[in-house]
Amino acid sequence: MTEFLSMGGYGNYVWSSFAIFAIVLTLDAVAPLLKRRRVLRELRGRVRRAQKRSEETA
Amino acid sequence: MSYGTSFSACRALFVRDFSLVWRRRGDALNPVLFAVMVVVLFPFALGPEPNALARISAGTVLVALLLAGLLSLDALFRSDFEDGSLEQLVLSPHPLPLLLACKIAVHWLTTALPLLLVAPLLGELLYLPRSELPVLLAALALSTPLLSLIGAVCVALTVGMRRSGMLLALLVLPLYVPVLIFAAGACNAAGQGLPVLAPLLWLGAGLALTLVLAPLACAAALRISLS
Amino acid sequence: MNPLVLWFHKLGSPPYFYRLAGRLLPWLWGLGLISLAVGLYGGLVLAPSDYQQSDAFRIIYVHVPSAWMSLFIYGFMALNGFIALIWRIKLSETLAMAAAPIGAAFTFICLATGSLWGKPMWGTWWTWDARLTSELVLLFLYFGVMGLYQAIEDRRQASRAAAFLALVGIVNLPIVHFSVNWWNTLHQGSTVRLFGPSLIDSRMLWPLLIMAIATKFLFAASLLSRARVDLLELEAGKDWARQVALADGDAA
Repeated sequence: MTEFLSMGGYGNYVWSSFAIFAIVLTLDAVAPLLKRRRVLRELRGRVRRAQKRSEETA
Repeated sequence: MSYGTSFSACRALFVRDFSLVWRRRGDALNPVLFAVMVVVLFPFALGPEPNALARISAGTVLVALLLAGLLSLDALFRSDFEDGSLEQLVLSPHPLPLLLACKIAVHWLTTALPLLLVAPLLGELLYLPRSELPVLLAALALSTPLLSLIGAVCVALTVGMRRSGMLLALLVLPLYVPVLIFAAGACNAAGQGLPVLAPLLWLGAGLALTLVLAPLACAAALRISLS
Repeated sequence: MNPLVLWFHKLGSPPYFYRLAGRLLPWLWGLGLISLAVGLYGGLVLAPSDYQQSDAFRIIYVHVPSAWMSLFIYGFMALNGFIALIWRIKLSETLAMAAAPIGAAFTFICLATGSLWGKPMWGTWWTWDARLTSELVLLFLYFGVMGLYQAIEDRRQASRAAAFLALVGIVNLPIVHFSVNWWNTLHQGSTVRLFGPSLIDSRMLWPLLIMAIATKFLFAASLLSRARVDLLELEAGKDWARQVALADGDAA
């Protein structure tokens, strides 16, 4: 196991490369989810305001 | 529309743009001053040894002129956009690429040509070897119109924005890379006594291509940002 | 009308695309993660170590697929930009602009892992190698497209302007690559060729191909989920977007 982790002495370079790959792609996958939550919240707020306005005029 | 009217429109545009520049002729000198200042900063940073400066002189002059041109690009459509004459230009019955080519030509004549004229002085400040000077001037003569034309396309995309300075640099500089490589390549080849014709011919080919395509692209970009 | 053309027209409608993408997304993520796991296992465990570079060559399994994706996504973005400018299809505008950050992410991975690979092999974090330099210019082109898209307030005008810039960039990209190659040969005689004529062992090759497939799936999944959100934001005033928001609000 330690032999596998050491990667023939290049462990630092190999594992940090794979870590960068994983971290950047995770951020890339999470970013739209966060944006989705924000957009949906804004949309619901907009719907609620519209309903309130129509109730007041009615 | 007959050819004559388009021609007279171009002439009117030339006269108008030149007189606008002439009325504010102090501003027209700013890019030149900027380039001189940038070049003067290099000996302060690198030390005054002639040998060290001579090695980087051609490249430094090229980059200084490129940056000066970049700063002056912003003014290409700015005042026309603010007073609404740019929209008049887009709505006019004459071919927009032709009119834009005229505007870019005036811009090149009023900003890049003065820079070209001071280039020998800038070279002298950095101990540019005499043998490289003609090559540097030839490379500049071919590359500055290229820079103006490529820059005009990007300026057209940012024309409606209030603060476009940094963004414009981000858009333009990657597109400038090939021009800078060939212009500097010609100067380096001259410094090493190698033939300089090939990179200059590449610049010429690029200029011929861009001269046709850039006004068309500039017109399309302008229509997008004014829509 | 031809059913394919009809389907294509239907695809262009935002609500239809939103639902279709929502149904496809779990499959794309699933296939992407499975092929990623297979590719990583093959690359890190099964592939034998290189006789010259020992285990450092394993960086190839993230570096090269990212480099392929950086170019593939730029092509995809420019193609969609072209469609958006000619036929004014809203979906293409959205797809082009959703692809830009993913492409920039892959380009960044390619540069960072290349640098991590270069340190033990060439003894330096960075060389002005032709490929590295072109990749750096590509990253700047991505940043330019994203910067322009963010700087214009009107969303549709922003995506059209940025799509146009992407098209200018794709004309410029081969010129940049050619000029950098030319400059490189002028300055330094020869750099270490990592993938010279030496034939790569098939036990090393198949994980690379699996990783290339995995990155394609991950790109598609990220692209669709970005495009979905962007469409929702773009069409915030429309009825279908409101229904989506309310349905999601009840579920949450």
